[in-house]
Order: sequence, then structure tokens, then C-alpha cells
Amino acid sequence: MSEFFAMNGYAFYIWGSYGLALLIFIVEIAMVRHKRKITLQQLRLMRDAGEEGQA
Amino acid sequence: MAINWFKYSAPTAFYGLAGKLVPWFAWSSAILFAIGLYISFFVAPTDATQSEAYRIMFIHVPTSILSMFIYLVMAFYAAVGLVFNTRLSSMMATALAPTGALFAFISLWTGAMWGKPMWGAWWVWDARLTSELILLFLYFGFIALHASIDDPRRADRAAALLAIVGSVNVPIIYFSVKWWNTLHQGSTIKFSGTSMHIAMQQALFTMLLACWTYSVAISLLRVRSIVLERERNTQWVAELEEVRS
Repeated sequence: MSEFFAMNGYAFYIWGSYGLALLIFIVEIAMVRHKRKITLQQLRLMRDAGEEGQA
Repeated sequence: MAINWFKYSAPTAFYGLAGKLVPWFAWSSAILFAIGLYISFFVAPTDATQSEAYRIMFIHVPTSILSMFIYLVMAFYAAVGLVFNTRLSSMMATALAPTGALFAFISLWTGAMWGKPMWGAWWVWDARLTSELILLFLYFGFIALHASIDDPRRADRAAALLAIVGSVNVPIIYFSVKWWNTLHQGSTIKFSGTSMHIAMQQALFTMLLACWTYSVAISLLRVRSIVLERERNTQWVAELEEVRS
């Protein structure tokens, strides 16, 4: 097992590559989902403000 | 029966369709990554000259291909938006840019991580590397230009021009290893065939599909927020289930 992770001495380069790619994918997914949440929240706020204006 | 292809060019219909497609592409991507990584690390044999270091290829090559492919798709959508004045095309272009930029960055990063042990340098000003760096800057330029103009329709048009002019860089990246003497190697897979081990080809192809389905899923998810934001004053957005609740 440790032999697998050692990658014949190239561990730093290989896990550094795959690790960064994974990190970027996780951050991108989190950001896009957060953006959707914020957008929906703002739309609800806009709607509530509009309803008050009419009343 | 004639299919109305223009139906989904309207943001209303497209918003629903994109919502249905996202989980399919996301799960396909997760499964393809699992298979691709398994083949990359457990099936593909150790390389004769590069030992285990060559395994960086399975993330480096697919992300590099997609960074160029996404740029062309983005420029295409931007051009369609510019010529036909279709709002949705421009929104798609805007949604693709961040993902393309991230793929270009992963490409450069993994290239550096591969270059250091094999060439002895993280970076060289070689034609392939330099033109890929310019691609990353073009993505940044597109995103920054679009963000700097308040009126979204004008932002679409200005950014579209940049995307179209910048697309000349994509063939330069692709052919750079042929046109110039580069430290970066040429393609091993050619139309005439390849000397690559079959498991390496399978790993490469599966990882490419995984990255492609990922980019489709994430862009569709992103464009849904852009559609909502830009159509916020319309009746159909106000009537959406997720907005009403």
C-alpha cells in the first residue's frame, strides 16, 4: 500500500497534480451551488419587496 | 414529425431542460472518473522510460484538450449570440468561461508537475506552454471584460468579439508542437494509429469523457443561475416553484 502511494519516488508530482485537480473541482462545485442558493434568495427578496410595494 | 429545435433556445424551456440534464451528466462524470482513475492507477502498466511519473498524463491530457475545446464552444456560442442576438447563447458562453479557465489552469499546473521531474524545469517558454498560458489569459480577459460592462447585452457583444478574435490561439496551441521545435512532445495518438499501450488509451479516453461530462454538468448548473439572474423581471421566473416556495 505504501509502495503504491510512494509512486516510485514521484509521489509529490503525481499526488500534487491529482490533488490540485480534485481541489479545483470541489471548490468549483461548491461555488456554483452557492451561487444558485444566493440567486434564489435574491429572487425571493425581490418578490417580497414587490408584494409590499403593491399592498 | 418535425422537431422544434428552437424551442430550447428560449430561456424558459432551456432552464427546465438544463435542470433535468444536470444530474445525468453529474452522475455519468462521477462513474467515469471512478473507472478512469482505476484504470489510470491500477491497470495501466508502469512506463518504460518515465516510470510512474507518466501517470500525470491521465489528468494533464484530458484537461488540456478540454481547455481548448471549451474555448471553441464558448467562442461559438458567443458568435451565435452576437450574430443572431440570442440571449441564451451569450449566457452559455458566460457560463463556460470559468470552467474553461480552470481546465487551462489544471493543464498548466499538471504540466509543471510533470515537467519538473522529466525536463528538470517547472516552466520553459516553449511554444506549447506559452500558447496555453495565453489561452488562460484569454479566458481571464473574457470574464473580466464581461464583468466590467454593466449592461449585460453590451457586455455580451464586447466579450463575444474578444472570444472570436482569441479563438485564433486554439489552432496555434494544437499545431505548436509541429510548427516549432518544442521541448513539449508531439501527440502520441495520431490518426494513423498509436504505439500506446491499450490500457493507457482506455484510461486516457475514460478520463477525457469524465472531464467532458463534468464540464457539461457544471456549466449547465452555472447557466441556470445566470438565466435566473438575467430574467429576474419576467413572469416565468416569478412563477417558478423554487422561487415561490
